[in-house]
Amino acid sequence: MKRFGLISVPYLWLLALFLVPFLIVLKISLSDTALAIPPYTPTLDLSQGWAGFTAWLSGLDMENFTWLTTDDLYWKAYLSSLKIATFSTILALLVGFPIAYGMSRAPDEWRPTLMMLIILPFWTSFLIRVYAWKAILSQEGLLNQLLMSLGIISEPLTILNTNTAVYIGIVYTYLPFMVLPIYSALERLDESLLEAAEDLGCSRLTAFWLVTLPLAKQGIIAGSFLVFIPAMGEFVIPSLLGGSKTLMIGKVLWEEFFSNRDWPVASAVAVVLLLILIVPIVLFQRNEEKQREAGK
Amino acid sequence: MKKSWLLLSAAFVMGATAATADEVRVYNWSDYIDEELLTKFEEETGIDLIYDVFDSNEVLETKMLAGGSGYDVVVPSGTFLQRQIVAGAFQPLDLGKLPNHGNMWDVIAERTAAYDPGNAYSINYMWGTTGAGVNVGKVKEVLGDDAPIDSLALIMDPANMEKLAACGVHILDAPAEIIPAALAYLGENPDSHDPDVIAKAEPVLSAIAPYVQKFHSSEYINALANGDICVAVGWSGDVLQARDRAAEADNGVEIAYNAFKEGSLMWFDQMAIPADAPNPEAAHTFLNFIMDEHNMAAASNYVYYANGNEASQAHLEEDVIGDPAIYPTEEALGTLYTTTPYPAKVQRVVTRLWTKIKSGT
Repeated sequence: MKRFGLISVPYLWLLALFLVPFLIVLKISLSDTALAIPPYTPTLDLSQGWAGFTAWLSGLDMENFTWLTTDDLYWKAYLSSLKIATFSTILALLVGFPIAYGMSRAPDEWRPTLMMLIILPFWTSFLIRVYAWKAILSQEGLLNQLLMSLGIISEPLTILNTNTAVYIGIVYTYLPFMVLPIYSALERLDESLLEAAEDLGCSRLTAFWLVTLPLAKQGIIAGSFLVFIPAMGEFVIPSLLGGSKTLMIGKVLWEEFFSNRDWPVASAVAVVLLLILIVPIVLFQRNEEKQREAGK
Repeated sequence: MKKSWLLLSAAFVMGATAATADEVRVYNWSDYIDEELLTKFEEETGIDLIYDVFDSNEVLETKMLAGGSGYDVVVPSGTFLQRQIVAGAFQPLDLGKLPNHGNMWDVIAERTAAYDPGNAYSINYMWGTTGAGVNVGKVKEVLGDDAPIDSLALIMDPANMEKLAACGVHILDAPAEIIPAALAYLGENPDSHDPDVIAKAEPVLSAIAPYVQKFHSSEYINALANGDICVAVGWSGDVLQARDRAAEADNGVEIAYNAFKEGSLMWFDQMAIPADAPNPEAAHTFLNFIMDEHNMAAASNYVYYANGNEASQAHLEEDVIGDPAIYPTEEALGTLYTTTPYPAKVQRVVTRLWTKIKSGT
């Protein structure tokens, strides 16, 4: 019984924080928009008992999902988000891996300080950090001033309000999620394995390729998912740093919800986004499980 | 924008120190009041005021339609107000609790009655026009001394926009105001609800969109004042605030506001009390405070918007009541148009068109 209780806690957690909100969104995605509070119909009236429930159920349909197929805007936005999330993940990996590698190779007494430096930015609000990038990247911003005073460029670069700024914002924001799992994988790496590889005739580069990288694989996979999944649905970064041409599903969702006041279609967009993300999430879970088994 | 953040943080501090239950929560547009009035209200009434700001009608409307916003006073624009009244979002005003109601200006009340029949649910806070704010020096440098700064051609003609793009153009991210402007430019009825007519706005706006640096509804105040951009299609008082900030900073930037001679949108921001307001009593006290002629005049003198309060006009500064950009002449009033809310289906067409214009998809 005690054991059952222990197991049920995470499941209750999942139920309360994932399944229930999902069912609410799913329910709204099957209803129709209306000029009322809340702005959709039918709403579930439990006071009428079973009759109320069946009346509510019969008012639901899949219309909003078929609507999503009639306009290529949604499709393009999903693809564009997918592209931005994928490239951001690769960029974060390219930047994050050397950092994690350097940290794991640093002398023991430095490590807490280095770790602190990675975590420290989190103590400032996410919104303020993204706003700070506006000040850095704008036409009259710090970056342009620096480059111009150094004589590297003569005209200010247009970075803010472009996709480049979105990539910078996403990579910056999610970099710690990439660095920390890779660091924790590399930290456990047994130095003697590398020595053995070199004794057996590997160059340092091949040893890195054949030994370090495979052992860091789990960390790389975990880090990539932690960057990819939130980047896919990102709204704040594209709306603050991106231009009007930055098409992302998060922005489309906002338009449906706020401009069209169409909660049902907005919910349908969200449900589809979730289905798209479930694939990597399931892969991620599998990977985690494998890792846990390997650790035993 | 900076000011809004200050206000917001001030609101949080006030919220945190609120000791008594007697408080009123007001949700108003950003950069839209003289902050001294907020302190004055608290001192006079002993009611704690929590003041939050927004910069788009859509955000406010979503809060209203979700219900339980927690606000006692909100400030939607006319068309949005009309739709929200239909949805049942507001409670009728109790005129018995609003002795200052007699100060209101019938000229404006007649027009707002189109959105709120009999003005039963709302009072006019401010009204204004949607026109062009220009950095006079820069625009003349680019387009020559005869630049059409009071014409829709300034922003709707791609030839002009191509040249202006280099010095920066912002346009309001408000389809319900910019699409009517494009229709006015074409000589169509700006308030058309016919999807075929609305569709005519798309090629006009798509042709100029590549030259627009940003579609945004509040950043242009600072951008104009700092000289970062040279043209903004924006709201009259916001542009005039930018003009004053530039003058204060003494940075050589000269800003001018003009309504479009082909016709500009005239809009009304209305104060109303949500149906589920936690403290309607205090909300009425706040509305009555705002309708006081001295307070309303102080607000207009500060934000450079005209108000719907006739009695306040005696206390307005000359550069407010005497400025035709704020209080248009009788003749100019004739060229202004108003719009009515789009039905849900047409709204969808408008939003989709707007996305297409902005993103090219």
